[in-house]
This record gives sequence, structure tokens and C-alpha cells, in this order.
Amino acid sequence: MDPRLFVRSVLLVAEKNMRIYYYKGAVVIFGLLFPFLMFLTFFIGRNLDLVLFFPAFLGMMLFFSSSSTGPLITPWEKREKTYERLLSLPVTLESIILGDILAGALFGIVITTIVWSAGTLLLHLPLAHPLLFAVALVLGGFAFAALGTLLSSPAMSNPSNVMMVSNLIRLPLIFVSGIFIPLTQLGSWRWTNELSPLTYLVDLFNGAITNTGVYPAVVDIFVLGVVIVAFVEAAKLIQQYNLSKGI
Amino acid sequence: MAIIEADHLSKSFDSFLAVDDVSIAVKDGEICGFLGPNGAGKTTTIRMLTGVLTPDTGAARICGIDIGRHPLEAKRMMGIIPENGTVYSDLTAEQNILWTAKFYGMDSASRKKRADEILAYLGLTERKDDIVRTFSKGMRQRISIACAIVPSPPVLFLDEPTGGLDVFSRRLVLDTIRRMNDEGSTVFLTTHNIEEANELCTVISVINKGKLVATGSPERLKKTFDTAKYVEVAFEQPVTRELLEAGGAFRVESHGDKWRLYTDDADPAVKYLAALAERQHLKIISVATSTPTLEEAFVQLTGGA
Repeated sequence: MDPRLFVRSVLLVAEKNMRIYYYKGAVVIFGLLFPFLMFLTFFIGRNLDLVLFFPAFLGMMLFFSSSSTGPLITPWEKREKTYERLLSLPVTLESIILGDILAGALFGIVITTIVWSAGTLLLHLPLAHPLLFAVALVLGGFAFAALGTLLSSPAMSNPSNVMMVSNLIRLPLIFVSGIFIPLTQLGSWRWTNELSPLTYLVDLFNGAITNTGVYPAVVDIFVLGVVIVAFVEAAKLIQQYNLSKGI
Repeated sequence: MAIIEADHLSKSFDSFLAVDDVSIAVKDGEICGFLGPNGAGKTTTIRMLTGVLTPDTGAARICGIDIGRHPLEAKRMMGIIPENGTVYSDLTAEQNILWTAKFYGMDSASRKKRADEILAYLGLTERKDDIVRTFSKGMRQRISIACAIVPSPPVLFLDEPTGGLDVFSRRLVLDTIRRMNDEGSTVFLTTHNIEEANELCTVISVINKGKLVATGSPERLKKTFDTAKYVEVAFEQPVTRELLEAGGAFRVESHGDKWRLYTDDADPAVKYLAALAERQHLKIISVATSTPTLEEAFVQLTGGA
């Protein structure tokens, strides 16, 4: 397979997703508003140190914005019958999956960068390791966009069913990822957090912004890398199976 | 040279064998009609040929490129109008066409020029900036066609391209197929409309219950099933059935003011009627022989399924 053709097909799938699913006022507002409301719910009245809490908030922001729309794209396209057209173009299943992930990751990265820039300007937040921060943004964006694409993969053509399953999986993750209760304060419950990939993104942001990461950065990067590969492969296997069954 | 090749394609869905060992070779410049009753395996075959579905066994090649091994390269050779595949409703007509053209590596200027040409040809220039969601079914189908032909592909696949369209849209689709064929595209289409296939196709393949049951030109297929014919005659004067039966017809039927004489060979029946009219001083008002239709051939091939 010609790699140039493959890259082009990935970029064009991402372009289509950005135009149709992400460049919408409601999507952008929801992407910003939902994590912000979650932040207020847990921050107000708890006397938390805003500087120490902000990296976890950014992690939650990136997690939600990258994974919010992805679960809907494939089911929506199957229902609208545009998925068949997409498959008939010069694309492969891999380029559709990677294009979906790229669009979700870009959306998450842009939204989180806006929030980080605003937070830095208003609250004079520190940035201990800029390069690590950039790596966290990119890896986190791709990891959770891949989660969104994985959630879109089972054979469901009703977007509301997909949203229910998606929220059922995503919402609990924010409670077991060291966002509202720092990892250092979890004691014997810390193992529950270690199972969540979001823990490693939050830890990477902690390390990059306030130099308070619990795990070495290389561990966080490795886990997020493994998560990306695992989610992409799982999405591919499920979608291949669906295609072979004609669904 | 075969531009579209299917080599022993088979596909099952659980225990249901949808396509059973189908081999097809469509030559450069042909318009191949792929006919079959509902559920015969037409769409499954076209999906395998276009790389949407992976066959259980067998291979498909487009312009000599194996679609299983080199899907991107093979798909760049074709434009496709899927049966159920519609265009993106949230994009404008022009955006749909331009976005599709990018997949084929067309540069910005040629994309724009070609899109303008096609929009004008399909009568959509004035609506090019409108969101497709506001379009009628016929207009959406025209955009679907525009997307398929924008790269001027060597191969054009159309799955039921005229289903549910009004007369104007249907004619436009058929004219577009002819035009693309004249410009050098090899066409492969599935249709329920047998007269449409008869009118358009240079070669026809018939599939039934997953198996390919016949391939040939429309005239050859008609000839193959050219069995029972009839001669229809009307006389000015009343004629008895016995007189007509004496001419060797194996069945004689009355149809209003006409008689229909069923025979294996029309020629002696017509000669007999002429001689009868001469002998009995009868005046023949009209005489006609039936010709076998592609529909009759299709019904016989598919067992009326």
C-alpha cells in the first residue's frame, strides 16, 4: 500500500469529521462547558489548591473533549447511510479509524490548549516542563480519541444507545483517576486508579505543570502509548468483524 | 483485456451462503448489467468487487490490481454509487464533490473545474452552495453520481442507480452512464429494471441464489430462451378455431378480435395463415410475430424467483 495514499485518506477522513461533527457551536460549547461544570461541582467549597488541582482539571478536559464526539460518528454514519459511501472511497478501515481518532484528538488538544492558555493567563499557573506538557497533550488527545472510536465500534446504529454506553464507561473513570482525590491520598485504594488510563494522563500533567507527578514520566508515556495501540487494535478488530458480517 | 475480474468469489453470512463461487470478467469499455431477484447476491458481489466487503474465498481485481492486497490503489480506479450510500447531508453539493475529488489526488484547480462541469451537466449549478439536506431524493442521487464520476474513473460501479427515481432523474442517470462509457469508463451496474439493462448493457450476467446462472449479450440471452413464440392475427371475417389449429400450432387462443397461434417456428405459421386467407377469401387486418424478451429469459433463468 502506498503510504502517501494512506496518509491522504486519513487526513481526508479527519477533515470530513472536523467539518461535519466538530465545527459546530454546540459541540464546542459542550466540550468546554461539561468539564467546567464538573470542575465547579467538585472544586467549590472544598478549599482545594487551584494550582495543584488545575493539571487534573486539564486531564479531565482533554479526556472529555477528545472522547465525546468520536463514539457517535460511526453509528451516526451507519444510520444516515453515509458509512457505505465512505467505505467505497479510496480508504481502508484503518484509515477511517485513524481519521476518526485524529479529528477527536485535534479537537481535544485545541479545546484543552484554549483552557490551559486562559488558566495560565488568569491564574498565573506555572509550567515546569513545557515539552512534557506537549507530549501529555498529544498522547492524551490520541489515547482518549481512540477510546471514543473504540466505543463507536460495536454494531449500534442508534446514537442515543451509544451515548448511554459511552457515558457508562467514561463517567466512572473520572472518579478513579486521581482527579478529585490526589493519588498520594488514596492509600489502599490506589490500585483502582492504576487501572484507569486517565490516571497516567493526570499524572503526566501534574509532572509537566507543577512537577508533582507520582510515577516517572516515562511510565505515564509508556502506559498512554500502550493504551493508544490497544484501543486502535480493539476498534479495528470489532469493526472488521462487523464488516465481515455486513453490519 | 478484463478490467473487472472476479475470481471464484464466495461469501457467507453465518450459515447463509450469499455468493457462491462467482467468476466474472468484464472487458474494457463494456457496460455489464448484473441482474438477479431480491436476495440473489447482487449487492454482496458488488461490495466484494469494490472492496467494501472481504470475500471468504476468491479474489477481485480492478484494472489488474488485486483489491484485497492493494485496496487504495484499486479503489482509485473506480467511482461507485452504492445502493444505500447517500452523500453527506451537512455538506453542500459542491463540498461533497470537492472532498471526494481530493481522495483521487486531483489538484485544486482541476477539482474545481471538474466539479463545475459536472454540476452544470447535472443541472445543479444554482444549488451548488446549498446544504444537501435540503435536496430531494433525485437531486441527492445526482450528487451521488457527481461524486462517483468526478475523478473520471476507468471503472464505474452502480448499485441500483435508478431505484425510486422520477422519470427525469432516471433519464439523467442513464444518459450519464452512456456518457461515461463513451468517455472510456467500463461500467458495472446492478438493476431490477430489465428493460433498462436491455437498453443499456452490452453484456449481462444473471445471478440467482448466490450462483451465476448466465452471462452473455442481451440478444444472446434472449436467443437462448427463444422457445415458445406466437403469431397474432386478426381477420376481417369470423374464423373458426379448427381452421387455425389445422396449421400446426400447438395452442390457439382467442384474444378479443385477434387469434394467437403458439408455435415453435413462426415462419410456417405465417405462411399457413397467408394461404388460408387466400383459400378462404379472408382479409387479414393485422399479423405480428412475438419476439422473446429479456424479461422472459430472466424469469426462466431465475425460475421465477
